[in-house]
Amino acid sequence: MKDEVTREDRVANLKGLGCSRKRVEDARFTQGKGNYVDDIKLDGMLFGDFVRSPYAHARIKSIDTAAALEVPGVLAVLTAADLEPLGLHWMPTLAGDKQMVLADGKVLFQGQEVAFVVAEDRYAAADGIEAVEVDYEELPVIVNPFEALKSDVVLREDLVAEDGSIPPGAHGPRKHHNHIFTWEAGDKGPTDEVIANAEVVAEESMYYHRTHPCPLETCGCVASMDKVNGKLTLWGTFQAPHAIRTIVSLISGIEEHNIRVISPDIGGGFGNKVGAYPGYVCSVVASIVTGKPVKWIEDRMDNLMTTAFARDYHMTGQISATKEGKITGLKCHVTADHGGFDACADPTKFPAGFMNICTGSYDIPTAYLEVDGVYTNKAPGGVSYRCSFRVTEAVYFIERMIEVLAIKLNMDAAELRRINFIRKEQFPYTAALGWEYDSGDYHTAWDKALKAVDYDGLRAEQAQRVEDFKAGKTRKLMGIGLSFFTEIVGAGPVKNCDILGLGMFDSCEIRIHPTGSAIARLGTISQGQGHATTFAQILASEIGLPADSITIEEGDTDTAPYGLGTYGSRSTPVAGAATAMAGRKIRAKAQMIAAYLLEVHDNDVEFDVDRFVVKGAPEKFKTMKEIAFAAYNQAIPGIEPGLEAVSYYDPPNMTYPFGAYICVMDIDVDTGVPEIRRFYALDDCGTRINPMIIEGQVHGGLTEALAVALGQEIAYDDMGNVKTGTLMDFFLPTAWEVPNYETDFTVTPSPHHPIGAKGVGESPHVGGVPCFSNAVQDAFRPFGNTHTNMPHDHWRIWRTANELGLHD
Amino acid sequence: MSNKMHIKLKVNGKDEEFLADPRELLIYTLRERLNITGPHIGCETSHCGACTVTIDGKSVKACTMFVAQASGKEITTIEGIGGPDDLHPLQTAFKEHHGLQCGYCTPGMITRAAKLLEENPNPTEEEIRFGMAGNICRCTGYQNIIKSIQAAAAEMNAAKEAAE
Repeated sequence: MKDEVTREDRVANLKGLGCSRKRVEDARFTQGKGNYVDDIKLDGMLFGDFVRSPYAHARIKSIDTAAALEVPGVLAVLTAADLEPLGLHWMPTLAGDKQMVLADGKVLFQGQEVAFVVAEDRYAAADGIEAVEVDYEELPVIVNPFEALKSDVVLREDLVAEDGSIPPGAHGPRKHHNHIFTWEAGDKGPTDEVIANAEVVAEESMYYHRTHPCPLETCGCVASMDKVNGKLTLWGTFQAPHAIRTIVSLISGIEEHNIRVISPDIGGGFGNKVGAYPGYVCSVVASIVTGKPVKWIEDRMDNLMTTAFARDYHMTGQISATKEGKITGLKCHVTADHGGFDACADPTKFPAGFMNICTGSYDIPTAYLEVDGVYTNKAPGGVSYRCSFRVTEAVYFIERMIEVLAIKLNMDAAELRRINFIRKEQFPYTAALGWEYDSGDYHTAWDKALKAVDYDGLRAEQAQRVEDFKAGKTRKLMGIGLSFFTEIVGAGPVKNCDILGLGMFDSCEIRIHPTGSAIARLGTISQGQGHATTFAQILASEIGLPADSITIEEGDTDTAPYGLGTYGSRSTPVAGAATAMAGRKIRAKAQMIAAYLLEVHDNDVEFDVDRFVVKGAPEKFKTMKEIAFAAYNQAIPGIEPGLEAVSYYDPPNMTYPFGAYICVMDIDVDTGVPEIRRFYALDDCGTRINPMIIEGQVHGGLTEALAVALGQEIAYDDMGNVKTGTLMDFFLPTAWEVPNYETDFTVTPSPHHPIGAKGVGESPHVGGVPCFSNAVQDAFRPFGNTHTNMPHDHWRIWRTANELGLHD
Repeated sequence: MSNKMHIKLKVNGKDEEFLADPRELLIYTLRERLNITGPHIGCETSHCGACTVTIDGKSVKACTMFVAQASGKEITTIEGIGGPDDLHPLQTAFKEHHGLQCGYCTPGMITRAAKLLEENPNPTEEEIRFGMAGNICRCTGYQNIIKSIQAAAAEMNAAKEAAE
């Protein structure tokens, strides 16, 4: 009997692209053997924690640390006065502003870091914090950006000149002492003209509330300064370990080769772990001062109150169209609440991120966007919570404006979308606000989605429900939420994307071992996305060695090539491309080795799954395993020994994933409780690397979207007190509140990405939020609702029903 | 005079005896004193369940229990549920059905699920969703966690049947 290995067997053996390979990460996680930052334990390690301001705006008259230093176990208390001689009492933010590391004379938000207590353990640190006496003088608090722009109260005295004038900021002129920047895209004059002369204009103002990424693991680090060797090692929850190394070097003066930054396992990031926080700086300083390793770990309240809020955009829009519904123009103004410091995590030239993707999936000929950034007495941040930079805000805006326009036109919102989609043959498509969309086939995706849910049937059922409601037969309304989104991910081309001057390329380095296995290292870092699994799959298909024989390593700056990290769905579009390109370099060398071994010309062999074969003579071949060994044991004329490659990939363009989502919801008008009956999600992320992982990403992103749309917010009272500082008040859905999702897909490969992949982790969040919100709004449309603000928690839904007279 | 308390525990089958401050929380005893780092800290307020352990047959959130309250009791953490040579069916099923992503909630999630399946070997989807509602996952949207628990239940029931 002959066991013939077919070509299909060889392909399957690789577990390459398109395979739902089980995750290699899971063994350690399911057995409690993950290695997260708080699991790190070093000899003599100390614990640092912050004295935080109870006030949102106050002058600090004095800080007395004497009693704290008497507390058993407390070794040191750092204040701004201690950091000032080192020039570390302030630090640069990612947005061109600067931020206090420890309060320098005043505090600007509740929870702001005032002093850093270093002690033998957490309990002693907590005791020390209690014993630090801070004398505050309260100042007027501003939590509303519109008031901030009118107020005489100066939040940032450091940004006002001595003569009272307002010097320009990092992004140009400032209009007021609490104003940060104005950022524009598109053409104002022509847009105003189109809107003024339009047959139909719909207008709406909406507030996309402040929320927080809230990964289950909070932020933290361990800093260890080895004074003998002059080396600093910094472990931490860093989504961008190399960028953190450069920032630490720039602000501390320690040369970059003497700093090793390690991101161990990360318990979810969602944007929270992109920025640089005072805890990192204080831990480094404390380690230098004490000569011992220092750990700092946020508790949940620290996390929700101080690091990395998201959204907080007040958006006003006008959309114009013909009577038939063809959109002619779009105008958007945003008042963006950035809190006390502008610490938004955006590429340098984009202070409002990619908000200028707000023309969405539609062929809108004329558009104008203006964003005003404003200081208030709220926490700094402005991170991209499971989205590319400000893309959730942009997609929410356009997907709401489409609905509002549909109401104005008395038209079906699905049809309005269809007649305005960018057509397949228009790609690559340059949008009115500047982006060049690489590829798309929106009509196919939309039709597939509408058919899958029997859209017409749903609308008929909804109409019947309205009749039944009016007849007193039911107290439940039915909402059909639609959303069609286009993401812009994979930042980005170095020509227009950098962070602190660092171009947003990414990298991969591959070493093939003599026996035909390999290690690849990348500049990114997984936080649950499964990079160790999927990047090995990309490589398996490129170099013909099984994914199971390829180790993927990320997060150690001493070993990994420089990269800008993982956020904004950039890992697959950028580092994934670098991986494929590095793999192709390996393959190119392997081809020469194979030709030598087979005694033919280089061009006479071709790659076939896991080997090079002589063209026209497939029985003559060398497997990649054989080639790997030959690379280490043969003296081949003109070819260096070894088989390694590195690629730094500067993407020529962003990638533009898209999708069609439909949510069917029943709403009890008397309790305000929404029940999600059905959620259908079609995603097009280009080439699909691991369908199992894609589906998992979609489930997770939709659930975070559900949270944001239906209840999750960071709320402040007028005194600047955070009202949602624990998981008691901050909504994270449990298994009980979350539906089952139906996932589907189309495949429109990116034309410029080496394997055609586009990124998917954030799409479901970006498309999901407007879909859930639109479902709520749609339920009330027959009763006169055009727009209500998120989050649609039970109380607000009840209130909407009440205001529409549905309880009468 | 020391106000430390004399604590005796049995953790994953091993006897432990030590003196601890009355305010020492069980989660720190496990993670820092005993180096059992499977249980994690996510909220400090009993909401997220990342710290879930089993104490004398009940699921308990170790972040809001003093170690003194656990004295004399038997504690099982993820490390006691299964290891490389004796994986629990839930550990296998979570991998097989992609029931985890970042892994931070997973030890608590599996510890709770093991208890749930002991209490109810044939749970419906609704019973699983209700029984797991004390454990938050930020990554998976729960759908594959439910699937993993259902698969493990089927596997465990089949094994039980085969043994009978």
